[in-house]
Amino acid sequence: MSAQAPSTTTIGTGRIGDSPARPDGILKVTGEFAYASDLWMEDMIWGVTLRSPHPHARIRSVDIGPALATPGVYAVLLADDVPGRNAFGLEHDDQPVLADGVVRYQGEPVALVAADHPEIARQAAKRVVVDYEPLPRVTDGRRALDPDAPTVHPDGNLVRHLKIRKGDPEVTAPVVVELDFEVGMQDQAFLGPESGLAVPAEDGGVDLYVATQWLHVDQRQICQALGMPLEKVRLSLSGVGGAFGGREDLSMHVHACLLALHTGKPVKMVYNREESFFGHVHRHPAYLHYEYGADEDGRLVYGRANIVFDGGAYASSTAAVVGNGGTMGLGPYRFPNVHVDCFGVYTNNPPCGAMRGFGCVQAAFAHEAMMDELADRIGVDRLAIRQLNGMTEGDQNITGQVIDSAAPVAELLRIVHDLPLPPAATGELDLRSLPGGVSNTTHGESVVRGIGYAVTYKNVGFSEGFDDYSTARVRLETVAGEPLVTVHTAAAEVGQGLVTIEQQICRTELGVDRVVVHPKDTSVGSGGSTSASRQTYVTGGAVKAACEAVRRLVLERAAVSVGQAADSLRLEGGKVVSLGGEVVAGLADVLGDQPVEETVEWRHRPTQPVDPETGQGNAHVQYAFSAHRAVVDVDTELGLVKVVALDTAQDVGRALNPAAVVGQIHGGSAQGMGLALM
Amino acid sequence: MRITTTVNGERREVDDVWEGESLLYVLRERMGLPGSKNACEQGECGSCTVMLDGVPVCACLVAAGQAEGREVVTVEGLADPDALHPVQTAFVDAGAVQCGFCTPGLVVAAADLLQRSPRPSDPEIREALAGNLCRCTGYEKILDAVRLAADRMAGAEVAR
Repeated sequence: MSAQAPSTTTIGTGRIGDSPARPDGILKVTGEFAYASDLWMEDMIWGVTLRSPHPHARIRSVDIGPALATPGVYAVLLADDVPGRNAFGLEHDDQPVLADGVVRYQGEPVALVAADHPEIARQAAKRVVVDYEPLPRVTDGRRALDPDAPTVHPDGNLVRHLKIRKGDPEVTAPVVVELDFEVGMQDQAFLGPESGLAVPAEDGGVDLYVATQWLHVDQRQICQALGMPLEKVRLSLSGVGGAFGGREDLSMHVHACLLALHTGKPVKMVYNREESFFGHVHRHPAYLHYEYGADEDGRLVYGRANIVFDGGAYASSTAAVVGNGGTMGLGPYRFPNVHVDCFGVYTNNPPCGAMRGFGCVQAAFAHEAMMDELADRIGVDRLAIRQLNGMTEGDQNITGQVIDSAAPVAELLRIVHDLPLPPAATGELDLRSLPGGVSNTTHGESVVRGIGYAVTYKNVGFSEGFDDYSTARVRLETVAGEPLVTVHTAAAEVGQGLVTIEQQICRTELGVDRVVVHPKDTSVGSGGSTSASRQTYVTGGAVKAACEAVRRLVLERAAVSVGQAADSLRLEGGKVVSLGGEVVAGLADVLGDQPVEETVEWRHRPTQPVDPETGQGNAHVQYAFSAHRAVVDVDTELGLVKVVALDTAQDVGRALNPAAVVGQIHGGSAQGMGLALM
Repeated sequence: MRITTTVNGERREVDDVWEGESLLYVLRERMGLPGSKNACEQGECGSCTVMLDGVPVCACLVAAGQAEGREVVTVEGLADPDALHPVQTAFVDAGAVQCGFCTPGLVVAAADLLQRSPRPSDPEIREALAGNLCRCTGYEKILDAVRLAADRMAGAEVAR
């Protein structure tokens, strides 16, 4: 069987600050890298999901008889077949594994079918007879808290209300701008669909090979649904075809395990693209009402905002998205007086949760449009008004947190402003480069060029008091006469390049070139989530700490054998050397046949929950700042646009792998551009 | 039904194929060649691109029966036994691979482009790869990779 993603090894240099090749790069260009949808076992069968066609309905009855009678079908399962608690969720376990009496969104899983061919399973699923009674629905986030709105859950439609209050609530200003904004739903659309293989185990448990962003939080939720202890449900990360937040929540995980345990056979589930859109959370649609007051020079006096995030039918990470959207809702600017209300609500829309930017993106659309409007109203330059009000190190944000590291808003804007502009279109025009492109909608008449600037900031790591840690196990041993490092974490590699970073840190800390990245699984402690831009920092921190612990032991061992103090020795080039660089012993000799292994948990500095009445507090660990400049041609008759250039400057701190950082910025910018244009 | 095709230079025969199966399904699930990817299965993303009688196609849109008696080359058949295809090497070197799910399709499409047009212009590269979606890279490094492969292949040509 080929269920486990291969462990990967790279020989050569590639330390911190270098940009070595990915250890999985060759496997990926040759088609040999095993993604979750590539898994295969000799006697495996296929699982499919039957989903609700209604956004809100009561289930009067379900008849599985015709489906179960289909030749080739092994099982048809309903809510009653969930042995543990039929509920999961990242923050609140409010989402059923299979709908129990009611469906709350179109696409909610109702039944599972396993068969020996995926098409037979799909056909059989159509033979499950569900009698629905449609119920009144709420599908507009702005109406969800109305007294007469249909309730999605018994406790009402409010997921979270975050209040931020700062300064004088009655303050006025000579210039006032007030606008409304709306941001639609966006999908992560990672290319590798939700997939996995669940294999029933001899101990009565199950092994799940799956594409995810956080193995241990999946494991906890699966165990609750299966009614099994942690040790009976083991997860391994298979190849992940992108994530962008869409794999933070469970999709087919419990379903495949249920079918495997029920049939005693390995069960593979692979969503197609349509099901993938139903099968994961999306970026929240948002409705934003903003009012800014400023003095006549453009200096901000106050910011007021009312923001509603439509969380859809289940909470997922809505409360944390509200946390981000509210606390960073007014952007990286100094506001002496603040009044923000940020709501997350339930509706009968598809559930929304994590997607790249996580609440900051919707707010950025509003706060940057507000800055443009304010500049135009006062008659000052749009860039200058941002530089005038932009945060600098030592400023407070709207929750009263002091930004105690670089906050280079004005500098980032200056950098993008000073970049060369693309040349103006002259002479013979290439239709492909005009708005509308090969559709031949214009030959350049009525096309004008605009330039826009925007800045934003976003937290790095989990916030508001979350115990955000990662675990790393590092082993140093002699293999075939040479020192070899094995680094084992459960932190998910989803394409971003964490496996490369883990190798770079080990090489740098232990002075050993050969580093094997152990397959990611739950046999080591949690690595935390691959989200919030946190893995390089937090799992990277854990790997570094584990290396330091290993190094300490190795140098103590070397100190005894060479008769020098451990603190006068270091590791370099596979040797134990003196501080001056003189070789004292071979590392392989010091290690002999006794490996050194250490496992370490690492945490970033703690954050705090914000005050429930004022929203004040040190909610976030640290921030990343960015500025963009977009050059856009617009056909003013048709409204078609062509992005001619999108430039960005971002404060990334120290780039551990500059090429990978650039790759992330390219990809993130393209996804942001997609939201802006589509 | 039984299907007989040549895949990556090797004659392959598979039995019990259901008429509704795509070439992609047969490659992935019946021939043990999962390199061609199943990202959309509706001809939008190009991640399943293979060569069918020398022409790039979306394997998800080709009924398995249509491949009967024909020649298929997948990403697994692109490299020589002892060396990667220059496009494969360039994708690794240029940093054009992140999650990699689009990569097999892009590598096959780019190799086809460079065979037809060894020194493509940027608009030509964009057009040739317009049927291949990537969600990670923003495409910049993919364009870099194709230019790099073209340069290296032209260099190798001159050196010969």
